[in-house]
Amino acid sequence: MQVTVTVNGQEVTRDVEPRTLLVHFIRDDLLMRGTHWGCDTSNCGACTVWVDDEPVKSCTYLAVQADGKSITTVEGLEKNGELDPIQKGFMECHGLQCGYCTPGMMMVGRALLDKNPHPSEAEIREGISGNICRCTGYKNIVASIQWAAEHPVSTEASEVTA
Amino acid sequence: MTAVEDTPSVPLSPAGNPIGFGRMPRKEDVRFLRGQGNYVDDLNLPGMLHGAVLRSPFAHARINSIDTSAAEALPGVKAVITGETLAGLGLAWMPTLSYDTQAVLATDKVRFQGQEVAFVIAESRYIARDALELIDVDYDPLPVVYDAKKALDADAPVIRDDKEGKTDNHIYDWEAGDKDKTEAAFAAADVVVTEDILYPRVHPAPMETCGSVAHMDPVTGKLTLWTTTQAPHAHRTVYALVAGLPEQKIQVISPDIGGGFGNKVPIYPGYVLSIVGSIVTGKPVKWMEDRSENLMSTGFARDYHMKASIASTKDGKILAVKVDVLADHGAFNGTAQPTKYPAGFFHIFTGSYDYPAAYCNVKAVYTNKAPGGVAYACSFRITEAAYVIERIVDCLAAELKMDPAELRLKNLLKPEQFPYTTPTGWEYDSGDYEKTMRVAMEMAGYEELRKEQAEKRARGEYMGIGISFFTEGVGAGPRKHMDILGLGMADGCDLRVHPTGKAQVRLSVQTQGQGHETTFAQIVAHELGIPPEDIEVIHGDTDNTPFGLGTYGSRSTPVSGAAAALVARKVRDKARLIAAAALECAPDDLEWELGRWYVKGDPSRGRTIQEIAMDAHGPLELPDGVEGHLDAQVVYNPPNLTYPYGCYICVVDVDPGTGQVKVRRFIAVDDCGPRINPTIVEGQVHGGLADGVGMALMELIAFDEEGNNLGGSFMDYLLPTSMECPDWELGETVTPSPHHPIGAKGVGESATVGSPAAVVNAVIDAISPFGVRHADMPLTPANVWRAIQGSPVRTDIAVS
Repeated sequence: MQVTVTVNGQEVTRDVEPRTLLVHFIRDDLLMRGTHWGCDTSNCGACTVWVDDEPVKSCTYLAVQADGKSITTVEGLEKNGELDPIQKGFMECHGLQCGYCTPGMMMVGRALLDKNPHPSEAEIREGISGNICRCTGYKNIVASIQWAAEHPVSTEASEVTA
Repeated sequence: MTAVEDTPSVPLSPAGNPIGFGRMPRKEDVRFLRGQGNYVDDLNLPGMLHGAVLRSPFAHARINSIDTSAAEALPGVKAVITGETLAGLGLAWMPTLSYDTQAVLATDKVRFQGQEVAFVIAESRYIARDALELIDVDYDPLPVVYDAKKALDADAPVIRDDKEGKTDNHIYDWEAGDKDKTEAAFAAADVVVTEDILYPRVHPAPMETCGSVAHMDPVTGKLTLWTTTQAPHAHRTVYALVAGLPEQKIQVISPDIGGGFGNKVPIYPGYVLSIVGSIVTGKPVKWMEDRSENLMSTGFARDYHMKASIASTKDGKILAVKVDVLADHGAFNGTAQPTKYPAGFFHIFTGSYDYPAAYCNVKAVYTNKAPGGVAYACSFRITEAAYVIERIVDCLAAELKMDPAELRLKNLLKPEQFPYTTPTGWEYDSGDYEKTMRVAMEMAGYEELRKEQAEKRARGEYMGIGISFFTEGVGAGPRKHMDILGLGMADGCDLRVHPTGKAQVRLSVQTQGQGHETTFAQIVAHELGIPPEDIEVIHGDTDNTPFGLGTYGSRSTPVSGAAAALVARKVRDKARLIAAAALECAPDDLEWELGRWYVKGDPSRGRTIQEIAMDAHGPLELPDGVEGHLDAQVVYNPPNLTYPYGCYICVVDVDPGTGQVKVRRFIAVDDCGPRINPTIVEGQVHGGLADGVGMALMELIAFDEEGNNLGGSFMDYLLPTSMECPDWELGETVTPSPHHPIGAKGVGESATVGSPAAVVNAVIDAISPFGVRHADMPLTPANVWRAIQGSPVRTDIAVS
């Protein structure tokens, strides 16, 4: 069946099997490989993307459910050649090692900051608790999100990218 | 709070990076942050087909027949391969890394739940999975060996009846140390403490599962295999030996790898099947396992049943330690460790203490479980060794009513004892253990914590303080003693400095997140003065890198790191000859400073490494015997292992009503010698500490009486999240390895090795007022509660 979604600001239409998972739609149909797959059971969060600005685990969400909606993936974080503060934070604070959980972590981290620009450490830990990282022990991920909170995009820059 | 000090300042490059050791952002991050990594599953070759593996639902069953006709008839299916197909090619069985054999696809019977039975190749991953449902296998279930302790019973079914003359489930007996001397020490001791200690089966569970894309080019006969391997060169050789493929026509590429932790050292049937699939179809074939396949069939870790005894004087001087191990290796002995050591480096269990006698024996058995055993950042089973010694030392402290810190301080090796030969034959290279322990106790505020504990106990609150002091031997290893499948564990390294002074360094090791592209550039920068941003690290591709055994056992820095330093020094020596020619002086007249040879006594006359690089490629007349260009290669054969160590202190709060454990603080002081990039080292320690909390409190692969795997998904195999992990507090001391070119010791697995004992010791310390001296991992709320009630149960099996 036909699915029309807006992915990182671009509308795309594809024919998919009704059972196609959103993560496979993004990776195999749209050939955007930044979104990863890790567990099948919504436990690990490596596949986290936004559907209409809400983080969703795309391994347990059908592509057809996203019809008419807007999807944002890790590839959509960078704007006009400028990394999002969350991306800069992960680089500054060594928030990643193997890089596999990183896109999902950044998507939940960014979503958290959009709702709560100045989260406490406890709020950050709870915010990323649906995402598993096997490399970092989370400390530097927490620090990366804190860094992003302390270095938001300036209003001027936001207007430019809006 | 942190006691980590930044390394002394080194010159900064134009990009602001240290020209040598120090903190700098990782070079690899730029692609990962943009979603531009290149993992195996990201590959999409023209015409590529997808494979899926049918797996056994039974732990032990005879296969009567396999009917693949309905699967083959499904539109989009290109081929279905069974054990029978492979037997015709001589590929139904493959060698393991321990000189055993393992079924690629089962022919006679299945021996563990999740074993590979058939392989479907189809146009899409969905069709391949659909086809699995259409394969009809007729099984006759057989009695199951689900408990290692029953594997050698007279009536136990023989699992490996494929092995000629095999009449039981015994694999090997192995021992180390001096049995008589140890028994004599026990006989003369004031105090003897014995405890049954289980290190249950766990799984490395990297976020990226295992997989491969195989492309056998039907015209050139070249096989290219993109695969999740930590050891691309070793895998290439094994494929050549197993499949009879010419080694020069095999290219193994290990692209970005989403975590390894030892899970990606063995060769799995799926990799072989993707190769066979490509040969059969003439197309590239991708195989990626799902999470359950990863947890149920690939290399597990531990599964050591240990009976440990410690002997001491009444005032706490340790005299001897002995350990009997029953090792559960699963259905095939697929462990990966140096050949000479079938139990890995377990016999380093004597730990960090000074005593004269020790003995261990290890009895390994087959069970109806997945193969594996050496994985999960274990440093070849030093995880088990560090856990058992640190647990039994705490049991001794409890028996003696001594503070566990005091007992450790009393027995730690002294700096002047190094190099120190242990009772089981290891030669520890360097250490100042007491200093490290004092730093950890200082950071923790140990005395205050004990006061707080006493006050809380008086109020009926249960906090615990756990200490672990560990020593690892990493950097396998000297060729004389260490090989895997006959391949010596030396590492090559090539360095080329281009005419403009930019360099490429080619490594045999491969990163799965360790940051090699940054760390190794910093090593070369340190030796040559070329900015790290001007040095490209090339790795993970057997056609483009020198031979070496790969990244596991914390061996990258101890072995390949030494190779990188030495190859850079070789280039530096050659640069000296070229600089002398350019400056028209004798090489002996030149002195090195970072990035430059200059004339002794006249520092203004000199040539930078960049100028020398151009000279080396230019018209400059070179002295006799000096070839042009500025490059070199080395093979580094380590003279010994390196011995990093550390002291960890964990503070927990336990709710005795529910058994819930909260890790409140964790202090980790590591000594891994000089830190090339302290940020990367700290990151590795953080990750290992999370592993320790996970294994101590949550992670478990248990089995029921039918051999069903009870940890086969992330719904059941619980990994630590940000909520279980505290804000790690790190410290360091620096004791260089005397035999390593830059003194570095390796650290990748230190925290995984050292931390479980600290967590368990803390929990037991917390609930010791209930008379608990030991309880097995994982210390889930239920298990802690049962221990408090005085009715612990075995954690590794679930029986009705």
